[in-house]
Amino acid sequence: MTSTNPTLDLAGGATAPPAGRRPARRSPHRAAETRRKWYEIIGLTTPAVIVYVMFVLVPMGFAFYYSLFRWRGVGPPTDFVGFDNYVLAFQDPIFLDALRNNAIIVFGSLLIQGPVALGVALLLNRKFRGRTLFRLLAFVPYVLAEVTVGIMWKLLLSDAGTFNAFLEALGLGGLVQAWLADLDIVIWTLLFILTWKYVGFAIILLLAGLSNVPQELNEAAAIDGASWWQTQRHITLPLLGPTIRIWMFLSMIGSLQVFDIIWVTSVPAVRSLGASATMATYMVDNGFFARLWGYGNAVAVILFVISFVAALLFQRFLLRRDIQGAVTGRAK
Amino acid sequence: MAIKRRAGTVLALSLTTALLVAGCGGGGESEAPPADELFKNPVTLTWWHNASQDGPGKTYWEKVAKDFNALHPTVTINVEGIETNQLQRTRLPAALLSSDPPDIFQSWGGGELREQVEADYLKDITEQVKDEVANIGSAAEIWQANGKQYGLPYRMGIEGIWYNKDMFQRAGIAAPPTTFEELNDAVTKLKAINVIPIAVGAGDKWPAAHWWYNFALRACSVDTLKKASTDLSFDDQCFVKAGQDLKAFIDTKPFQNNFIATPGQNDPTSANGLLANGKAAMELMGDWNKGTLDTVAADKEALNKFIGWFPVPAISGSPGDPKAALGGGDGFACAKNAPAECVEFLKYIVSPEVQKGYAETGTGLPVTKGAEAGVADPALKSILEATSGATYVQLWLDTAFGSTVGNAMNDAIVAIFAGNGTPEQVVEAMKAAARK
Repeated sequence: MTSTNPTLDLAGGATAPPAGRRPARRSPHRAAETRRKWYEIIGLTTPAVIVYVMFVLVPMGFAFYYSLFRWRGVGPPTDFVGFDNYVLAFQDPIFLDALRNNAIIVFGSLLIQGPVALGVALLLNRKFRGRTLFRLLAFVPYVLAEVTVGIMWKLLLSDAGTFNAFLEALGLGGLVQAWLADLDIVIWTLLFILTWKYVGFAIILLLAGLSNVPQELNEAAAIDGASWWQTQRHITLPLLGPTIRIWMFLSMIGSLQVFDIIWVTSVPAVRSLGASATMATYMVDNGFFARLWGYGNAVAVILFVISFVAALLFQRFLLRRDIQGAVTGRAK
Repeated sequence: MAIKRRAGTVLALSLTTALLVAGCGGGGESEAPPADELFKNPVTLTWWHNASQDGPGKTYWEKVAKDFNALHPTVTINVEGIETNQLQRTRLPAALLSSDPPDIFQSWGGGELREQVEADYLKDITEQVKDEVANIGSAAEIWQANGKQYGLPYRMGIEGIWYNKDMFQRAGIAAPPTTFEELNDAVTKLKAINVIPIAVGAGDKWPAAHWWYNFALRACSVDTLKKASTDLSFDDQCFVKAGQDLKAFIDTKPFQNNFIATPGQNDPTSANGLLANGKAAMELMGDWNKGTLDTVAADKEALNKFIGWFPVPAISGSPGDPKAALGGGDGFACAKNAPAECVEFLKYIVSPEVQKGYAETGTGLPVTKGAEAGVADPALKSILEATSGATYVQLWLDTAFGSTVGNAMNDAIVAIFAGNGTPEQVVEAMKAAARK
């Protein structure tokens, strides 16, 4: 990398032997180097590309192919139905419930986790005793495995679980709920669990972003007599923009594909009634449990297309500026 | 994403191999090899069963495999116990599709077996197992398709109501209910002594759906049910009537609070746990329930003292046969290309001695005549009597109709339990799924 960088080459050239010999020697040298660079690129990426093609692109192609069949996974698919499976999905009220739940999780995560994480990150970015401990605590839920978190909250929030007992003990018996079974509130309970689980990730990202805010700007602001709030509002937040947008992107894609915690926490009955289904759980319930393999593949393709389009739109309108800024800005 | 990729991979691999198989398939019809060819060459059989948890069931199957190997040293058996859902939903379909199935594997009979036969996955064993089928009787019919035998059951029993005898006594219920009027009366009396009358694990869907199945069994004639299983036609009004009866029954509030979140079994907070630990008085469940109650009971001795069993009560004036019962079993089938020794092993599993040993594990009721002596538990004994006294045993409807219709049916029944479904919607969902 450094040897191919022209800037460094020139800098090296200053201490190198007489300038006159350099052009003659450099040309074949550079050609060989370019060739070697390509060998390296091909040699190092080929295994990864093969794995990527075999385990990502090919299955994706097959998923689309299978989605065009009425197929129960017994014998090879023969009953070609075109896009019927897609039409069926959008006619199924449970799938529409799943779409709605995914939307709730996407927007709920952005609107709740964002402000909470920002507030906590700003607080944790100040110097105080025990700061490291608090940073660690904020990050712990994110490190735990999804299934562990799901089982933990399932136990805490069950009818006779700790959470309801806690409410009783506080004299708030009226608030006791079937948190994971009441069809009207289960999605909000799940949103709460997802927030608890993933807010630590947002905090860590934002803290990393904060550490890139130049100290001199804060000092200059302080000299100008800006309050803490003014400093955050006019210096820190604008400089955090790229970090926030990257986090929004990751959060959105994760929320569209959320599966594990929902699968573990919600009971099958509540899921199949649509109250806690997401596109991913709907896909597994129909693909494997109802043995509708063609239909399940259609749902998988829909999930992929929605995530892909969302990702493209986000990159096109919100991230492009950041990526350009980051690349050109840092290289200078 | 992780799930999507994995499913995609399974599918991709499956298709590739499925195409290969389609290309070079079309082998000859299965026929019994000459007897002197058997056990000559060393063979290895792979065996997938669903007793995945450490316990008497798993230990027993290991012993069976070892005993068979001792009898026939040329046959080595690789045993693998796989959790039911995983086995049935993913492992087995994928293995069959990729033409690399185990030689002998768990088979549920009914709709799924029919699909597997149509795809030419299973070995026709009609000729080899004539004696066994005769000895097992009608239970073996579930493993038939188009009049041919493709598997054999090793466990079969009917469903009924498991109950707490002490609670019945305290509530002043003289005898187990034989009609739904008496059952409703018992529910009222049990409420008066402040216990949950009936526990139901609606969270897992099927335990709730089984109530509807029983109402359908009472509302529909045997002919209607048989026709529904083979043609997947659900036009008879009796299927709507089943939902209406269920709705009326739910309205009497016989179940525990918040049953939509209660799991079925294997967990102290499940419907099973409520009965096993003296919180609920009744539970509708199959013959395997003794084993699952044992695993969740805090006090096994107390459980053994109070537990009893009675058949699902009759509904007076209904066209269904009051002596008909819902039931089901587990069986094994041999893969199409499995060696002939596979069938010999299958026959060994259902031989009276092996079946007697199975009965002694207490995990289910045997199917072979001559194995009854192995049943020691009084509750299981009463199921065995009721099973042999039943005029007609209808296989669990979700198994009989196949996974697709079964799943849609169970979902729609659970909607009635949740208070936002109608009897008509159940039938509509079943018809729609049959077309999918």
